[in-house]
Formats: sequence, C-alpha cells, structure tokens
Amino acid sequence: MSEQLQEPDLVPPHPPGWTEEKVADGFSVPATPSEQPGFQISQRAEVRPGLEGEYLEVAIGPHHPSTHGVFRMDAVLDGERVMKLKPVFGYLHRNHEKIAEMTTYLGSMPYTDRLDYFCSLTNNWAYALTVEKLAGLQVPERAEYIRVITAELTRLLNHVCLIGFLTHDMGALGTPLMYAFREREKILDLFESLTGARMMCNYMRFGGCRVELPSGWLEAVRLLVDGFPRFLDEFDNLLSTNEIILARTQGVGILSAAKAINSSVTGPMLRASGVNYDIRKVDHYGIYDRFSFRVPLGDHGDVYDRYMIRVLEMRESLEILKQALRDIPGGPIIDPKAKLRNFKPKVGEAYGRIESPKGELGFYIISDGSANPYRYRVRPPSMINLTILEDMCLGHTVADTVVILGAVDIVMGEVDR
Amino acid sequence: METLEQIKVRAEAAISGVRLELLANGSVATQSSMLVDPTHAIALATFLRDDPELRLDYASNVTGVDWPDAVTKEKVKIKRVIEGVEKEVEETIERTRPGYLEAVYHLYSMELKHGPLVLRQRTENRTDRVHVASLTPIYRGAEFQEREAYDLYGIQFDGHPDLRRILMWDEFKDYPMRKDYVEPDDYEYEPTPHDEVLEKAQRHYPEGGQP
Amino acid sequence: MKPPSVDEGLRSELSKQGIFTVGLEELYNWSRRSSVWPLNFGLACCAIEMIAASMSRFDIARFGAEVFRPSPRQADLMIVAGTVTKKMAPQVVRLYNQMPEPKYVIAMGACAISGGPFKQGYNVLKGIDRYVPVDVHIPGCPPRPEALLHALMTLQRKIDGQRLTGPQRARHLQEDTPSEFPVPGFGPHDLVPSQNEEVWQHPVITREAP
Repeated sequence: MSEQLQEPDLVPPHPPGWTEEKVADGFSVPATPSEQPGFQISQRAEVRPGLEGEYLEVAIGPHHPSTHGVFRMDAVLDGERVMKLKPVFGYLHRNHEKIAEMTTYLGSMPYTDRLDYFCSLTNNWAYALTVEKLAGLQVPERAEYIRVITAELTRLLNHVCLIGFLTHDMGALGTPLMYAFREREKILDLFESLTGARMMCNYMRFGGCRVELPSGWLEAVRLLVDGFPRFLDEFDNLLSTNEIILARTQGVGILSAAKAINSSVTGPMLRASGVNYDIRKVDHYGIYDRFSFRVPLGDHGDVYDRYMIRVLEMRESLEILKQALRDIPGGPIIDPKAKLRNFKPKVGEAYGRIESPKGELGFYIISDGSANPYRYRVRPPSMINLTILEDMCLGHTVADTVVILGAVDIVMGEVDR
Repeated sequence: METLEQIKVRAEAAISGVRLELLANGSVATQSSMLVDPTHAIALATFLRDDPELRLDYASNVTGVDWPDAVTKEKVKIKRVIEGVEKEVEETIERTRPGYLEAVYHLYSMELKHGPLVLRQRTENRTDRVHVASLTPIYRGAEFQEREAYDLYGIQFDGHPDLRRILMWDEFKDYPMRKDYVEPDDYEYEPTPHDEVLEKAQRHYPEGGQP
Repeated sequence: MKPPSVDEGLRSELSKQGIFTVGLEELYNWSRRSSVWPLNFGLACCAIEMIAASMSRFDIARFGAEVFRPSPRQADLMIVAGTVTKKMAPQVVRLYNQMPEPKYVIAMGACAISGGPFKQGYNVLKGIDRYVPVDVHIPGCPPRPEALLHALMTLQRKIDGQRLTGPQRARHLQEDTPSEFPVPGFGPHDLVPSQNEEVWQHPVITREAP
C-alpha cells in the first residue's frame, strides 16, 4: 500500500497504483494478494437471476452477536447474496438535542461524553471548540497541548479497539479483542488519574481544560508512548499478514472516491478510498499545524485498506504524542476571562468540527442570547458514514456484510444521539 | 474562497429567476448564510457543486431549525392629535413575524479544501405548507439527515427518494423537536424530584401535595 | 436467607469419615449460581464496561459467567446495560420472554434503573422495571466493572437463598407465574401501555413534614 508524505495541497486526490514500499519503521506491507506465495483468492460467484426461488427478507438485528449496538439492517437476500439492504436505527435515540435546549451550555458537556461513548474526550473538544468559536474565547497554550495529547490517546484507544471488534466479528472470538482491551485499560488508567472517570471524562471547558495535570502524569504518558510501538508491532505481525483476514477483507466493500465524497463520508473510511482530507490538516484547528505527521491514504477502498489505515494512523498518533510531550509549556489551563457561571454568548450561530477517530464530528449551535442554546445539533460521523452501506454491501454475502459494517466503525450513541 | 457577495452575483447571473438573500450572523464566528427559495434550490446546488472555482462537493451537515411565531414589540414615537393639540407620543407597536421551519446546509469543498458555505431554505409556515426541495439528488450524503429533519421537525423534502421516519417508530405522530411539542407524561414515580421534574411529578400526586 | 441444610455437627462427623453431605436445595442453587450465562445484550455505554468486565483485567470468567450467549434461548441472565428507549422496549420484553426460566435481570447503570441522565427525553423509557421484573440494580453512569462483579455476587447470594418448596419458593417453580410478559406496542405518542401494572409497583415514600 503506498503512503503519502506530502502536504495536502500538492497531492492529487487519486494516488498511484498499488506498490510495495517499506514503512519508516521497517515493517513492510504485503502487496497484491496474488503475489503472496501459495495463496489464491477464490472467484466470487456471479449472481444468477435465472434460478427458481424467492428472495428472503430478513432483519439482521437490533439484537445480534456482532458488538456494534442496537442496529438493524433489513436485508433482502437471494440465498446468501444481498440484493437490497436498508439500515434502520433509532433504537438508542436519547433526545440529546432536545435535552440540550433545556440545559445550559455547560450542562450539556457531560452529555457530549455519551455521544460517542468510546472517545469521550474528543467529543468534549468538539463541543468546546464550537462554543469558543461562538463566544470568541481564546485557549491558552498549555490547554491546547493537553487537548492534543488526550485526543491522540483517544484515537489510539479507538483504533485499537476497532481492530479488536473487527476481528471479533470475523470469527476470532475475543482474542485480539483481549489484547486491545489490555492496552485500552492502560490508557483508561491515565484518564482516570487525570479526570476522575474512566469513560465519561467531562474534561474540557469553554476556554481550556477543567483541572491541572497531576504530578507524574506526563511521565506515565511517556512510558505508555514508549511501550506502545512494541505492542503495535506484535498486533500488526499477527493480524496484517494473516491469510484469513486477507481473504475476508481484500476486495470486500469497495468504495470509490467519487461516491465517498458525494455521500459525505469522512474519517478513515474516506481516506481509505484515496481522498486526502484530514480536518487536522485542512482546518488547522487547535495547534495541529505545529506537529509534523503524515496522513495515510488507501488505494482500493476495501475493508483491508480501512483496517490498514487505522494501524498507520495509530503510528502517526504516536509521533504526534512524542512531539507534544516534548514541547508542552507551562502556564494556565483555562482562559482567565472565561465565565463559567451565567455563560450567555451573543446572538448568532457557529459550526465547529474536529477530526474525531470516527470521522468529522461537528456541532452546530444557534444562540439566542440566553443561558440555553436555541438550537443544538450534533453532526454524527457514524450515521452519515452509514449512508453508503447499502451500496457497499450489494452482491456480497451476509458474512461480508458484517465485516463491512465492522469496518465502517459505528457507535450507536452517535448514530442516534 | 470568494466572499458570499461575489458568489451571489455569479449565481444570479448563472441561474435565471433565482432569489438569493444574504443573512448576517451576529456572533464572533461570522459565518453568514445564503437563503435560497425552494424552487431554485437544486439549480443553485448544481451550480455550487460544478462551478470550477467553488467545487463545493461535500455536504457536511444538513439540519432543521424551528422558528415559531415571534412577536416583537417596538417603541416608536408617533405624532398624534390629542385634545386638539398635536403631540409626539410614544407607543408600542407589536409586529408578528409568522413562524417557519428552516433547513440549513453546510457545504465544503474536498477538492479545493475551502468552505463552509451555509445555505438555507425556508418553508412558508409551520402547519400546512412545509415543503422544500431536497438536495439528495445532488448530495447523496443528505439522505439520512433530511429524513431526520422530516422525522423531528416535519419538513417535507420534495424529491427525496425515501422520505420516512428514521429515529422514531413509524406509528409516531408528532414532530418532537418542535418548540411546541408536549412530551408524554410518565413522571408518576420520582424519588427525588426538583425543578421542572417536580412540576411534572406533582400532577400525579393526590390532593394534599405528597406522593 | 439460606435454606435449611444438614446439621453442622452431623456433617463434620460424617466428613471425618470421608462422607460428603449436602442438601438438595443447596446443591441445586450452588450449581445454578456458579455458572450464570449472561445474554450478549449491550445497548449503550454500559455495554462497554460490561465488555471490559469480561476482559482480562476484571475477568468475569472467575464467576462462571464468561460464556455470553448470543441467543436468549440459552441464557440465564439478561444484563440490561444502557438506556432502554421506547423504540427498543418491545424488543427487550420479547427477548425476556424468550429466555427459559429460571431467569434473572440485572439493570446496569442509571439509565436502565430509571432513565438516568436522559430522563427528560421523549423517547427514553424511564426504567426497564416498568415491563420486566428486575433482580439487581447497579447504580452508576457507567458503573465500574467491579460494580458489575459486585452485582453478580449479589445475584449469586440471592440465588443461594432461593427455596425449592413452600410458599416462599422461587418464581420459576410457582404455577401462577406468567409464562410471558405482555409486549408493549407502538402508539401514536407513547408506548401502549406505558407500564405493566403487575410488574411495576413503586414503593410509597412517606416523608416527614419539614
């Protein structure tokens, strides 16, 4: 899989073909599957409409063994092949937007934790960013560095657990997931010592962060960042060249770049189709323009590319973490002029977005000058990435559908809000 | 990206009959928006997507907003004749702005990496004439989000391939995100109620005030 | 309350001779509570803590409960982890009906107990115990995996105390237990009925005059 090292403006959206190239840390990725010695992908059978029979309509979900939450797919099947597939959700619709209209701005911050409940700190940052845009607040340097460190730790958490869940759905019942959760527990320990809670952190405030770093926290993060590449190499070695994973993910669920852009797909799924759009590089929010990191892109847009992009993004996150830990300054962690009580921004609206591990997470807030927002909208990456699920699954078997859904990386708390 | 005024001039030249209006935004974020009438929305969206300088090919966020009838009071000085003498009197004039529903689109460009352009479409009122044009034929990503705006607000999108409820169940009758929605009353048992929850729970207490 | 078993003196005499005695109730309850098989049923954020409880750090396998069954027909325990919305409530009750007796329910997290932080939502069911009898409630948002293990131990103590005979016998041995709990239907504004009267009797609070 080729990898792009340039800045976004110089790279055309469609990178050249499939070449083998050594990644910086010496681990080489295999090229096309037919070049693997002694391994052949079997031909996928063509759909034969002349056979007698009926189509079977079945609802996959909302309760199913795959671990993605309460999500239902109404599938019309011809034997094992999917003819039509409609996603149905809303089983976790918790009225976040309506509750936010009844709550103050600060009171909605704990609810944003529960949107994408895997990555609570990035949700907090997106909301804080939007309100800071609306009210014109400045964030001090140290708070920005802390935000970047916590966001990249969250990205590591999310991607490693996603690979665990993807392999769990493919049949490796729980073993890679156990490895992934072992690392996740280490990162959750860090979050607990910083914010007080493992998952629902509620850490960002408008104008900075809630509380100063405890002593020794940065050393603990440094230890984790130093030990993570070894775990990642082991994980990668076991999974990326595994012939079952190669057989089940290569060529499955192909999504072209044009279709991806038109369907508003964002995040690793978009980059796996070859489109170079990472909001950290496009919007330059926070202080991301001070860090040098690469954006991996895929060639084929299949499930294997999405899996591999996440592995490479984890390595890039480690690079960002190393640089942030080296450069973090001292100073205040919250803007001294920010008012936390009786916070009433001026009348107007703002749309703020960040690159969350799942895609583009945006918040659209309309303020009418009172303490509660007039309109509070979450732009959920998981729900919008599902728009194209039907097109990706047509012609594939039901087993492939589960794998494709796993690679889209949905979290029902975000899809339904 | 060029300014909204320049885009407005070029769009009005390219599409005949379109009526565009620019709405300013009071906050610090200064993301002003462009209001388009529903009959020309598809033409404008096609222009925005295909124009070589704009190439707005990515609809990032599609949502609905409810603006109920708003009554504004204004104090004006009017000259009136009182007891034969012309005097200047201060009176309050009440203006009612009729309510409407609004669909807001945030458009970005993945090719040229600029944006956003905020596009708005308004319905005529909140009761029976709630139709706007659907931009799903242009931006496929708007499909689920327009369905959600229909489900929660009741905005009918003409031209949407599959307009039905997405988050609530199909037999549900109301439009929950509207400002005048009354939620069902299941506050019979509240162990420690306070504020608004106490008001709702007190409706179930027997006469005398205690549960 | 532990059921009556063999007299302790007799038991220690016999065990010195190499004879092991146990009451039938004790044996039955011990075997049931040492291998409670949960249903693979996570709804929301609490499901992640449930998965973390089954992973290597918090290891629910020590309690015999690591076999999460995907099918309700093979499960003993339903851990309702996460917010139950009104759209999902009929499915939860249907799954509960499909589980064979003896079956238990743990309501994990504030949302499953009473609606939690989302209580003011129009689509949120204010507690799963409106439709289904709940045995153990775990407060927290989300409760730590240790809290889930504590709840499992509490459930095990409850199972240990169940009787096989007499008027206080366990629910699955009584003849007039309903074999199916009524599934709510979707109405135009709310679920129909909004709660199940036989299951949901909230306690009466007597507050002292201030």
